Amino acid sequence: MKLFEIAHSRAGDKGNTLMLSLIPYNEADYTILRTTVTAQKVKDHLKEIVQGEVVRYELPNISSLLFVCYNALSGGVTTSLALDTHGKSLSYALLEMEIE
Amino acid sequence: MGNNHRDDHYRTINRLYTHMKQKIRIGCGAGFSGDRIEPAVVLAEKGKLDYLVLECLAERTIGLAQKRKMMDATKGYDPLLEKRITTLLPHLVKNNTRLITNMGAANPIEAAKKIIAIATLQNVQIKVAAITGDDVLSVIEAGKSSITDLENNKPLSDYNIISANAYLGAAPIVEALATGAQIIITGRVADPSLFLAPMIHEFRWATDDYNLMGKGTVTGHLLECAGQVTGGYFADGVKKIVDNLDTLGHPFADVFADGTAVIGKVEGTGGVINLQTAKEQLLYEVMNPHEYITPDVIADFTTVYLEEIGKDMVQVSGGGGAAKPTSYKASIGYKAFYLGEGEISYAGAAAYERAQLAAAIIEKRLQPFFSDIRIDFIGVQSMHKTTFSNTGKPYEVRLRVAAKAQTPEAAALVGEEVEALYTNGPAGGGGARKYVNEVIGIVSTLIDRNLIVPQVKIFES
Repeated sequence: MKLFEIAHSRAGDKGNTLMLSLIPYNEADYTILRTTVTAQKVKDHLKEIVQGEVVRYELPNISSLLFVCYNALSGGVTTSLALDTHGKSLSYALLEMEIE
Repeated sequence: MGNNHRDDHYRTINRLYTHMKQKIRIGCGAGFSGDRIEPAVVLAEKGKLDYLVLECLAERTIGLAQKRKMMDATKGYDPLLEKRITTLLPHLVKNNTRLITNMGAANPIEAAKKIIAIATLQNVQIKVAAITGDDVLSVIEAGKSSITDLENNKPLSDYNIISANAYLGAAPIVEALATGAQIIITGRVADPSLFLAPMIHEFRWATDDYNLMGKGTVTGHLLECAGQVTGGYFADGVKKIVDNLDTLGHPFADVFADGTAVIGKVEGTGGVINLQTAKEQLLYEVMNPHEYITPDVIADFTTVYLEEIGKDMVQVSGGGGAAKPTSYKASIGYKAFYLGEGEISYAGAAAYERAQLAAAIIEKRLQPFFSDIRIDFIGVQSMHKTTFSNTGKPYEVRLRVAAKAQTPEAAALVGEEVEALYTNGPAGGGGARKYVNEVIGIVSTLIDRNLIVPQVKIFES
């Protein structure tokens, strides 16, 4: 099953840093996401995209996770040659992740 | 929920000010410089707002505005200012709604004069406050060999600087509100501060009460991207169904004196506000949810509670903060390069192979002239550097070529070479397009608070 089936995500950017939220449709699935989608798993999944560290923050009040990915936007929003300089589409790269 | 006791405490204090409002409504009618105008008009007309905020200044927008100011000293404010103010002013005046906006961009003074001119044309008397002091170009220029950027740790003298603006906080806006001005026009101000200022002004919050500063910042953060909390940048048409995105309503917040708020929108507008949209926006562009840094506070987003309390109504409670940082962040715009781009499409049998053939030709042709070339196959793999486990032949492919150049003439070669593939390249290439754009880069640095003195200047029609 892809993450897309049980969760949604929004991508944000600051300089060369990418932020990806991960929010279950059903708040009861927060525990599954917390156990399954570790920072290391996200780093492996996005290995072509994220060159630096991935830090995961847990927000149990709103049953959500936040992944802050460093060195992820080809040098940054303003001077990258990429089509999607902001990485706005990268939330859907995260949701491609297969989980059990 | 450890803040409840403290909130009660403030409720008690606030009761002492009997003439003080217990609730204000702040709308956000724009989340970026190119945003739609109509949702702001709907808010001003039907939203029963106390305040309307228009956030129109992205990082690079101010660099571009600075360039316009250099060419014409009476310009350098938001290009849509005239259109926005002309349309909104009658509603703002009629409904006694005050406007706070960063449309001043690189030139808040000239923007204020322009607003006065529009008001005079419309025969209305208003007071406009312009806030300056964010422009720190002279400070940066003077010390650029010894100041380094935060991103690359390089001295700023390495960059061809065109603009330098510090992110001001809520303080000068609060000062401007105290003058009774109906319109406050600023340059660079931290986005949430645009919203926090009217809360401080109306509820007489102490600016060293970081708990309240944090709560107000949370609400400001939820509102600042306008349509992003009402179903924009959210809908997917499959699992996240949002109705009437063509008439997407922009949000407002009913903010209470204890810092709690309810996010809502005008009835009958498109879009949706629910837990999902609010959660996505709360975490949007957050580097560290324990420490969301603005010039006013280091806010804590991890203690925020969200609750759906009605149709298109989400209550925001909790949240808090710690003492504000000792320095301001400044963002520095510099001339980076000229971006040359060219695109051409192939469809049908062997579409991908023909696009690859075209790419090989272009690479050989451009390599002698450019050190940094990027080739994308749109429809195959242009967005994520990988397709994960997805395979399969696309029916059509669009080739995109991009390269950096030092002059616009050199950058134009990219598109010219792609266009030349019509007659010199693979079979069936169609829809070629070419673009040249100047790219303004942005780096940031920290500046001591004492070096920055915000000023409020009043204009009256």
